[in-house]
Amino acid sequence: MSVISSPYISPSASTNRMMLNVLIALVPGTLAYIWYFGYGLIINLIVAISFAILFEAGVLLLRKKPLMPYLSDYSAIVTGWLFALCIPMHSPWWLIVTGIGFAMIAGKHLYGGLGFNPFNPAMVGYVVILISFPKDMTTWFLPMQVSSDSLSLMESLSFTLGLLEPQHWDALTSATPLDQYKTGLGMNLMISEIRQSPVFGDFAGVGWEWIANWWFLGGVFLLYSKTIRWHIPLAMISGLLLFSLIFYVVDPDSVASPGFHLFSGGLMLGAFFIATDPVTSATTIKGRLLYGFLIGALVIVIRRWGGYPDGVAFAVLLANMAVPLIDYYTQPRVFGVNPPQDH
Amino acid sequence: MTQMSNNPSVFRFHGGLHLDDHKAESLTRPLQTASLPAELIIRISQHIGEPNIAAVKVGDQVARGQLLAESSELVSAPVHAPTSGIIRAIEERPIAHPSGNSAPCFILIPDGKDTQYVYDQGWCNTHDLQPSDLLRLIRSAGIVGLGGATFPTEAKLSRARLQPIKTLIINGAECEPYITCDDILMQTHATDVLRGVQLLQLMLQPEQTLIGIEDNKPLAIKAMQQALEASQLGATSIKSIPTLYPSGGEKQLIKLLTGHEVHSRQLSFEIGVFCQNVGTCYAITQAVDRCQPLTSRIVTVTGPGIKNPGNWVTRLGTPISHLIELAGGYSVQQPKLVMGGPMMGLNLSTDQVPVVKATNTILILDHLDQPQTQECVRCGQCAEVCPAQLLPQQLYWYSKTRQFELTEQYHLFDCIECGCCAAVCPSHIPLVQHYRFAKSEIWEQRRKTYNSDRSRKRHEFREARLLKLKQQDEEKRRLKREALAAKAAEEQKAKAADTSSTPSVDAVQAALERVKARKKAQQVEPQNTSNLTPEQQRQIDEANSRRQKINQDKS
Repeated sequence: MSVISSPYISPSASTNRMMLNVLIALVPGTLAYIWYFGYGLIINLIVAISFAILFEAGVLLLRKKPLMPYLSDYSAIVTGWLFALCIPMHSPWWLIVTGIGFAMIAGKHLYGGLGFNPFNPAMVGYVVILISFPKDMTTWFLPMQVSSDSLSLMESLSFTLGLLEPQHWDALTSATPLDQYKTGLGMNLMISEIRQSPVFGDFAGVGWEWIANWWFLGGVFLLYSKTIRWHIPLAMISGLLLFSLIFYVVDPDSVASPGFHLFSGGLMLGAFFIATDPVTSATTIKGRLLYGFLIGALVIVIRRWGGYPDGVAFAVLLANMAVPLIDYYTQPRVFGVNPPQDH
Repeated sequence: MTQMSNNPSVFRFHGGLHLDDHKAESLTRPLQTASLPAELIIRISQHIGEPNIAAVKVGDQVARGQLLAESSELVSAPVHAPTSGIIRAIEERPIAHPSGNSAPCFILIPDGKDTQYVYDQGWCNTHDLQPSDLLRLIRSAGIVGLGGATFPTEAKLSRARLQPIKTLIINGAECEPYITCDDILMQTHATDVLRGVQLLQLMLQPEQTLIGIEDNKPLAIKAMQQALEASQLGATSIKSIPTLYPSGGEKQLIKLLTGHEVHSRQLSFEIGVFCQNVGTCYAITQAVDRCQPLTSRIVTVTGPGIKNPGNWVTRLGTPISHLIELAGGYSVQQPKLVMGGPMMGLNLSTDQVPVVKATNTILILDHLDQPQTQECVRCGQCAEVCPAQLLPQQLYWYSKTRQFELTEQYHLFDCIECGCCAAVCPSHIPLVQHYRFAKSEIWEQRRKTYNSDRSRKRHEFREARLLKLKQQDEEKRRLKREALAAKAAEEQKAKAADTSSTPSVDAVQAALERVKARKKAQQVEPQNTSNLTPEQQRQIDEANSRRQKINQDKS
């Protein structure tokens, strides 16, 4: 009879199950993404996820760690998947490999692997290539509904492999709605003028606004399955809405509406799938609220004054940096320590 | 987790877990009485506190209820013979202990007669028992807290009586899964339990008494309610509390029933609350009204690994293997034995350990492999369920990295080891084990620091003492030197004064005079022949003339 320590109840939850829930929750938004922007995303996903697993396995071998327990926790797939969703469609393969390689090696394993990384690995990889290869990273394809033309799977693959030169790219590519805002405002255009562009839909970008809704639906599943808690998404959205509302009220001609900010760029994906990464986010209840709010506020600050059109990745990384401090100052009152004077 | 019921008289505590309670299995059969085993293994010390000393010898014939071991220390509880028979040995036997240790035990071979020991008149069952008599009786009956802590009840009562007690809380929560011994006790002996409550009231004079029972025990609540109505207990009420582990934790139950939070590092009676388990109340009744010291208790034998789960009134010292036999034996190939519940119980390495006062349950689980442990992903689910509102993920991190000072800053010692955190951890980390490790390391460090501090202090004291002696010595010498120097200076001064008052020629003259006078005195120095009486002179003269005559004759 083996002797172990109490409790003897096996937990029903598992880290693997949590990761699997994240993957399930990503499916509807991903399908919508493909619906609007084409097969390119499938190729991005395949390349990013395969290399994420390859890099994970390679580093595990170098670290002389057993492969299976770590590879079967799905964390590499989650990182690869999120990374693929962030980068532009039809990115060349070397760009994807560079980004995901940096994410897995420097962002995750150099810190000790899952559980030890202070920064969100997918965001680390994304930001590294965003800064290093700005031209490639800002070439976004138009939604098929706007460009009225689309690439076949083989054409997409050719782009990724660098076989097809982008002669007729101009017809298909455009800046993202957020990018157009930034450029338009830079040229002193009014919001109403900027919104003449066909990339804008009912309340945000064509395609983007609906994809954001599907991310939200996935987020609801994560909340329902108790994979994540409500504090971070709610605080992040509140922070974003509050800050954008302030700017919008002060100067509605040169600032986009809170609704536009909410449904643009990586905000919804970030609120439910990226900022909620438990390893890199705050763990106390108050801390989670503060952390989420900080990201939401930073996104608006970066979108308003920063050099990049979207700010979710930078905002998340900056907030990651603040996590130890946030956790330290938001410790709950321990039961029996300085209880309220009630008697 | 799920909200508490809307019962307005209950105050929520943080966290907690809704667990499958598995109470039905052991409640399908009525309470039974366990038969006598071939030998009883009776631990000499079965309480928290100072160890007992054996009061009987090997070979002694003992009667049921006779004292076997006791201690004169304040915090202790004696042990009595559970039946009549012969003490065959006093030896080390395996006991329920985290590291599978042994402890000294009496080996009692029952004679089957079960003869009752005859107590002195007035020891018990007398009218007009004063609180002081009751305390003495509770102590000599060996009663300890039967909720699991086994703290001597008399010691707790005596300390609590120094403060005014506002609320007496009777703990019938029994929140841990599988355990039903208190449930069945309340169902079958409600009147006796309430008699114990009455005796406690007599000793503590509380303003109100609250009996807390989890709402998954409707039969126990009903039985207690009926017994309460039939009794004459004043200001006593039965509170149905929502089933939520660990509502039976003392501080949790106090919060639930009174809304008061016992401060960390404080004892409950310091805020005017006294808590006692229903089993202890029953034991008090048994001792006071029926002259039965604590020699048996109800033990639940249950779990997926046993054929016929149930509850048995069991004599202390009964080997667990005997109870397993009574319950039909194991139903699984590799049973895993736990003394206590699945959340806080002790894993046993053998079924040869005996039942002690603390044994509420023998839980037999299937052989379960510990699931693969993964890294902590800081999901924070542990913090959500922690009833002490700690941050278990931080405690784990600091325990693992041996940053014990930080574990203390994060209030490691407020952890009650209820196991909620480990039960929800998706990475399957045995968190409580890490906290126990950190606690024991800190205790060890403190012990070492205490010892080294003490020897350092002793050394420093010795050094200081030696230094002081040396200094005193030197001081004495210095004083002596100074005294001498002062004297010399005085003389010098006196001399100088002389010299200055008379002419120097006179002084030389005087000195010469003095020398002359001394020499003269030396010349006339008295001999032993001076100042003689005439008689003596005459005898000397005679002797001298004789000597002369002899000298003349020789020449």
